[in-house]
Amino acid sequence: MPDIPSCPVTGASESLPEYPLPRAAECPLAPAPAAQELRAGKPITKVRIWNGSTPWLITRHADQRALLPDPRVSDDDLDPGFPYVNAHRAEIAPVTPRLITNTDAPEHTRLRRTVNGPFVVRRIETMRAPIQKIVDDLIDDMLAGPNPIDLLKAFAFPLPSLVIAELLGVPYEDHDFFQRNSGVVLDGAVAPEVARKASGELAAYLDRLLTKKMTDPGEDVLSEMAGRVKAGEMTHTEAVHMGVAMLIAGHETTTTMISLGTLAFLQHPDQLALLREAEDPKVIANAVDEVLRYLTIVQTGVRRVAKDDIEIGDVVIRKGDGMIFDLHAANWDPEVFPEAECLDITRPARIHQAFGYGPHQCLGQNLARLELQVAYGALYRRIPTLRLAADLADLEFDHTGTTYGVKSLPVAW
Amino acid sequence: MLVELDVPKCVASGQCVMAAPDVFDQREDDGVAILLEEHPGDELLDEVREAVAICPAAAIRLAEQ
Repeated sequence: MPDIPSCPVTGASESLPEYPLPRAAECPLAPAPAAQELRAGKPITKVRIWNGSTPWLITRHADQRALLPDPRVSDDDLDPGFPYVNAHRAEIAPVTPRLITNTDAPEHTRLRRTVNGPFVVRRIETMRAPIQKIVDDLIDDMLAGPNPIDLLKAFAFPLPSLVIAELLGVPYEDHDFFQRNSGVVLDGAVAPEVARKASGELAAYLDRLLTKKMTDPGEDVLSEMAGRVKAGEMTHTEAVHMGVAMLIAGHETTTTMISLGTLAFLQHPDQLALLREAEDPKVIANAVDEVLRYLTIVQTGVRRVAKDDIEIGDVVIRKGDGMIFDLHAANWDPEVFPEAECLDITRPARIHQAFGYGPHQCLGQNLARLELQVAYGALYRRIPTLRLAADLADLEFDHTGTTYGVKSLPVAW
Repeated sequence: MLVELDVPKCVASGQCVMAAPDVFDQREDDGVAILLEEHPGDELLDEVREAVAICPAAAIRLAEQ
């Protein structure tokens, strides 16, 4: 009779780490210490999430790069094994239309190609001068206003929605309306019905604007979508939804990268000085990628489900198993980024996975990079004495949202 | 060097254009990558290597160096 195996099979899962893993209070910008330990010791391991299910947690850069583009690694959130971020996401999955965020190839490829036009690199680059103007105006206003001030309210928050307004082709005289309503939609603290009302007004506004662009087009994304509606390639409603989606997806992330990025630079005065004195746009571009790597603000992990058995290293991920890719852990992987805990704007940083990796990598990443290049490039140069006007220990961080962020950033100069 | 682009795999992220603008471009309407130069000069090797490394769809291959 064979020996009974000594490895405990049942009950072992009771000691699984709970994901998301907590950060250390004394290192608010670093990944969770436990994620770093797992990367070193158990780079592909099971964790427990909010609903008791036990998906795999993948923390190494190389494993993420191998798995995320793999066609067996699926974004299908209707699969019973899908490891939802929270109960709300689980609830809305069955009633959410199939979008670029929940489909796989070939459907995903087709959908993504229909929305990709505005994000083509050469087109994004034409936004540089308008973004520079928005940034300069915001800094002018800041310098003319009170000191100290909350950098979030004065700069980091208004910038992305002004950029999206410009991209969509919202006329200047409507910017206040657009800004006010997007502020409400994006404010996590307002009551749901208030947010719904503002979102409705914004959609109604974009609806009217789209109709106007049908007969009087300009050089903007809404005009282009109006053309696609006319050609029967997309419906009027889809175009309006895409406009609202662009605003929402591109907002909080960019705001956070400006505020948290500024905090990171203020904590690293040598790097800030290098950035401020940089003449070469490539230095600024690399600094943006390094801060993206260092902060990796998406804190819920990229969620996927296996559509087939996948052998990787010494583990087999079974068909139907959930997978969570901790991007921050991968971006601090010393095998790829030596001394990853150091913010170093001169290191080769481009291979980071802050925008994810694989076919679902962030659609707006090139616009985000451009906004950050212009914002970092101007803010610290025009306000060289910029400093934190609060104790680091008193800053309040958002540990629960999709992106990690700081709730306000008091600065003085 | 010989560069290969797997067009059906391309997700039009434009990362190759950012890394190696003399070797890659994008279709204007949907952003799908275009290989401008199958045999780029050796001075572009680093740029092509970066394009290969950062392509999120793993759609670019350096077949010969």
